[in-house]
Amino acid sequence: MIPLREIAHARSGDKGNSANVAVFARSPAAYAWLRVHLTAAAVETYFKPLGVGAVTRYEVPNLEALNFILPDILAGGGSRSLRIDSQGKTLGMALLEMQVAAPKF
Amino acid sequence: MIRPVKIANAAGFWGDQPEAAARLVAAQPDLDFLTLDYLAEVSLSIMAIIRAKDPAAGYARDFVDVLRSLVPFYQAGGKTRIVTNAGGLDPTACARACREVLQAAKLDHLKIFTVTGDDVLSVVGRALRPTSEIEPVGRKARPTAEPISLGDSRLANLDTGAPLSSIAARLVTANAYLGSAPIADALRAGADIVITGRVADPSLTVGPCLAHFGWKLTDYNQLASATVAGHLIECGTQVTGGFSTDWLDVPGNDDIGFPIVEVSADGSCIVTKPAGTGGAVTVPIVKEQLLYEIGDPANYLSPDATVSFLTLHVESAGENRVRVSGATGHAPTDSYKVSATYRDGYKAHGQLTIFGHDAVRKARHAGEGLLRRLQARGCSFRETLIECLGTGASVRGIVSRMSDTHLVETVLRVSVAADTKDPVERFTKEIAPLVTCGPQGVTGYATGRPKVLPIFGYWPTLIPKTSVTPIFKPLI
Repeated sequence: MIPLREIAHARSGDKGNSANVAVFARSPAAYAWLRVHLTAAAVETYFKPLGVGAVTRYEVPNLEALNFILPDILAGGGSRSLRIDSQGKTLGMALLEMQVAAPKF
Repeated sequence: MIRPVKIANAAGFWGDQPEAAARLVAAQPDLDFLTLDYLAEVSLSIMAIIRAKDPAAGYARDFVDVLRSLVPFYQAGGKTRIVTNAGGLDPTACARACREVLQAAKLDHLKIFTVTGDDVLSVVGRALRPTSEIEPVGRKARPTAEPISLGDSRLANLDTGAPLSSIAARLVTANAYLGSAPIADALRAGADIVITGRVADPSLTVGPCLAHFGWKLTDYNQLASATVAGHLIECGTQVTGGFSTDWLDVPGNDDIGFPIVEVSADGSCIVTKPAGTGGAVTVPIVKEQLLYEIGDPANYLSPDATVSFLTLHVESAGENRVRVSGATGHAPTDSYKVSATYRDGYKAHGQLTIFGHDAVRKARHAGEGLLRRLQARGCSFRETLIECLGTGASVRGIVSRMSDTHLVETVLRVSVAADTKDPVERFTKEIAPLVTCGPQGVTGYATGRPKVLPIFGYWPTLIPKTSVTPIFKPLI
């Protein structure tokens, strides 16, 4: 198992009470692996402790990227959330800590 | 072939680096445009609160200081024009303050235009209640041309589907995201400085492109491409190395340059930054910012065009130069997105540092005890939260590299929210006493009592374009 950050980079941002995390493969081979294994279901399970709703995944092959939409993950978002991270700034870094059974590309 | 237009961003949010604009034009005096973005989702509600105390203050005053910092540049003959949404709730007041700066500097020849019409609070109010009880905060409702008939469903919350009537009495602001057309109109009419209220962030860049190239409002591929260029620079240094995954490897990351796009007649652009600045413009960094705060990449909705990111091509074009091309667009929807905000109670956050053996257990116990004590004395909160920072609390339950018992130090952060102010205020007076009644080793209380913060609910919705009238005009 390796942390996702070894084969991908990421960026997260907020939209109201939802967030997106875009995951970018560090190589074409890594993108091929991510498309198969980094599913919406896997990401939803990973973020479940934060109360995320049904996760949607968009493929962006021209950028070798996957864009995940994480509804209702910010405990109210922007002005309302009581959390230290009310705007999803840490979610990209959090996903990159995921342990994945990928080869080292 | 018309030459490319050079557009920089000098502010990605309200509170960004105040010297960015002056440094950009000093490093690159041939810039055609500076854009400055001040408005996040709930910024206008903060301005509404400031304006309630000072009716002349419903805009981003920081911009007036930025303009003052550019006086020497303009006195030396600088030509760079400015497009900014610093106008917030009151573009005219912002423009007047700017004119004072220009007059004092004998720069009266610079023409200031405003773009308004985004404030739809009175429209929304009348649609909800024909005999409107709703008055925009701090001023009278404007008369509009015709009666508005919006079914309540048209103002439903885009996220939850709830009808706006459920929060109508607590509305603070409602502003439509206008597009690039009135900005371009103002520039064509000779504006040197365009001050808007709420516009779509990328439209600050699309407007100058529209005016420069003479595109039609139906040139959707060009508008889509310029929208991508605007999206890339709207968050300032996030596209030049800031906020990037591999930030630690970004050269000069202690002083990252603000971004510039060189947009060509087909809308494609080169992303770059001034020579001699820190940071990096690379393919991975530009890709990250392309998908920042994006939903469906095949349908990015802007008032100028609906954009597909799936046809984009991103390639290196030299050191700190990345070419982005190939965006495709089609007609925008017949609605403007509206960001409405409403009052939704109060909150406060208090922090203390706890050091020593069992620091996390002590912190959690102290936080829980504090809340119990407040509740025993009659304070009722609708929501509370205890976080022990250092334990992975930012994403609690997801990432943790070591057991809490290994930590010798944590920051206890206690938060409360209530419908009324009193219990929250009481909370702010009870956290510091933990220094003497809590465990030994509590520190970090020197910043004083926490502030009581108003909570603004965020209400994204849609309004038909036909019920909004964008207006551009010179400051008279």
